[in-house]
Amino acid sequence: MPRRDDIETILVIGAGPIVIGQACEFDYSGSQGCKALREEGYRVVLVNSNPATIMTDPEFAERTYIEPMTVDSLEKIIARERPDVILPTLGGQTALNLTVALAEEGILERYNVGLIGAQLESIHKAEDRDAFRVAMRNIGLKLPASGYARSLEEARSVLREIGFPVIIRPSFTLGGTGGSIAYRDEEFDELIAWALRQSPRHTCLVEQSVLGWKEYELEVMRDAADNVVIICSIENFDPMGVHTGDSITVAPAQTLTDREYQEMRDASIAIIREIGVDTGGSNIQFGVDPRDGTLVVIEMNPRVSRSSALASKATGFPIAKIAAKLAVGYTLDEIRNDITRETPASFEPSIDYVVTKIPRFTFEKFPGVDDTLTTS
Amino acid sequence: MTRSRPPSPPPATLALADGAIYRGVAFGARCVGAGEVCFNTSITGYQEILTDPSYAGQIVAMTYTQIGNVGTNPEDEESRRPFLRGFVVKEIFHAPSNWRASETLDARMRRHEIPGIAGIDTRALVRRIREGGAQVGVLSTDPDQQEEAALLARARREPGLDGRDLVAEVTCDAPYAWSDPRWRGIDGQLPRAPRPTPSYKLVALDFGVKRNILRMLHEHGFDVTVVPASTPAEEILRLAPDAVFLSNGPGDPTAVAGVQAEVRRLVQEKPVFGICLGHQILGLALGGRTLKLKFGHHGGNQPGQDLATGKVAICAENHGYAVDADSLLAAGEAVAITHVNLNDGTVEGLAHKHRPVFSVQYHPEASPGPHDAAYFFARFRELVARHVAGEAVTGAQIAAGAGSAANERNPRRAATAALSSA
Repeated sequence: MPRRDDIETILVIGAGPIVIGQACEFDYSGSQGCKALREEGYRVVLVNSNPATIMTDPEFAERTYIEPMTVDSLEKIIARERPDVILPTLGGQTALNLTVALAEEGILERYNVGLIGAQLESIHKAEDRDAFRVAMRNIGLKLPASGYARSLEEARSVLREIGFPVIIRPSFTLGGTGGSIAYRDEEFDELIAWALRQSPRHTCLVEQSVLGWKEYELEVMRDAADNVVIICSIENFDPMGVHTGDSITVAPAQTLTDREYQEMRDASIAIIREIGVDTGGSNIQFGVDPRDGTLVVIEMNPRVSRSSALASKATGFPIAKIAAKLAVGYTLDEIRNDITRETPASFEPSIDYVVTKIPRFTFEKFPGVDDTLTTS
Repeated sequence: MTRSRPPSPPPATLALADGAIYRGVAFGARCVGAGEVCFNTSITGYQEILTDPSYAGQIVAMTYTQIGNVGTNPEDEESRRPFLRGFVVKEIFHAPSNWRASETLDARMRRHEIPGIAGIDTRALVRRIREGGAQVGVLSTDPDQQEEAALLARARREPGLDGRDLVAEVTCDAPYAWSDPRWRGIDGQLPRAPRPTPSYKLVALDFGVKRNILRMLHEHGFDVTVVPASTPAEEILRLAPDAVFLSNGPGDPTAVAGVQAEVRRLVQEKPVFGICLGHQILGLALGGRTLKLKFGHHGGNQPGQDLATGKVAICAENHGYAVDADSLLAAGEAVAITHVNLNDGTVEGLAHKHRPVFSVQYHPEASPGPHDAAYFFARFRELVARHVAGEAVTGAQIAAGAGSAANERNPRRAATAALSSA
């Protein structure tokens, strides 16, 4: 499929300020993506409130707005620039949440703005725990046992089914902010209240703890012709219970046999198809019980994720750049592989080395902060 | 106070016929192995590679940097024992972390008398093979046989793969039935489609068959009887099969004694499907020639393009020889090339235009490798089903996806559809 000619102006939403849980990884993907779109001759309009990013350098977009990342300011930008489409998958959870909000307030419809990369339905299916659970059940994959709660009473009834310890995850937050682990009744109530306050929807998930299980991630890409490739597998050195962002992570996965890896690969392909991310990259996380190999799906990010930057650097496969090209209609076999320059991008990198990400914690700058690593 | 020094690691040497010497550390058995040196780029699946009979007569070097992390287990064996002559790794790991690991790689190789060398610059070795082409090497882990000149002399004396009938070494002794499905050992893995009915009777010629091929054939509704490579066509036809399968196997396809005439006969009588060496033997039986590749394709991420659709599958490949397209097309049989390798344009699949016959060079059974090409088994089932029903279906029609449920747009879904509709 060739490049889409029915669109001219593309609005790219950046990731906003660097906060704990969301750092410069999205600047890396965002600038790659903007560059790829400009190369294709599109007019790129960029919004990012953070001027200390590479992507807000003047040459990355036709128009760059350093404005607050709010629905109001985005509506003004849309009214002025009249983009044909928004590419929401390069700016992390911030961009995805803003896009959902723009849609819900009718702004996309009012200005006749479409989405490329991921459609609202896929975002909803991947981000809403209930919808995700149903989707996984449809294809026959498992998740940790869990229940959704909008109040303390509901949370307690879920707890009765599952038992301690449980993971508490607020819905629709940045990088899992507000997530916690409860081991005892005394802390449970407080942690639920905190989680509900953190969630923009005042909802949270109470989930069976898979603490200590092995944690894996696969970086998956799909094109409009339904070609799917796995760019990289990543194994977390710190098991489930320590957020991937805080964990030492290693690419490729180190302790899976081929059979186990291929089952995970098959599951990832089934997931990206079921969620319906039509083009671009997704990050899918799995937990594996080290005692018997039980496989559970932890979550799926229908967008370029923090791990994409590591996967890109580990393999040389420019995920964000290719994701941007797929979003405007190209298929993987039409894009040249940057590494070999001869073969198409529809290949899976095979590497003869190991790449390790080791986080650095500057706890000394935050005296008094609890330095225990947890799920957020 | 004197500190006790750890025992110095046992020495190992890999000598190549071109004069290159690699000194490293021994693991596995203490002995000397000789064979053509090739490299495999798979990140996972060293146990399957170790037990793939197609590696008979070869020394295999893994490009991935650390091998042994998941140990070995009884389930992931691809044959009754390893047939390769030596194993080369950058780093061997002795403390596996995997719930199924029952034995270290070191111990298993010791048990099967396979020598291994670790601690050498595998990148340099791979570059040498890529540039100079495949060549014979001698791997010694015997502490008394580390002398450079002697090992080099032996490397120059040892035969390569050309002209050697290695199939005779790896094929089974007597016919047997196969009725195991693929592994379903993970709680939480994707459910598999049920085995379709009716089942068809299949005879598989064992040139060194990988178990996962037999598992896939069983899962696709074939009642499989495996027979030795030397079984005459008459004897196979007496078993009244609905179809015949030509398996993968080691070495030079032209060297497999007497098989071409038998396959020519089978092609006249029955639907035939070939994989890897089976594909090459089919190419020879149809009048083509085979050629030796410079350093072959061995790995889990080769791009195989289906010429009917343009679609590219990520394939597991393992071959040092290939069917020569020109000779095959010039031979006069009505044969079409259906698949090519995008890296070098070599033939990866062929199909007969008048008979229910097709074959593939790469490994739809994977093991190790991605499952993307598994649709070949669904195509074969469809071909056999339509042939048995009296239709004059050809391999080329199936390959083109004409009127076929096993179409290429979405092989995975199509394969499931073919299973449930068959």
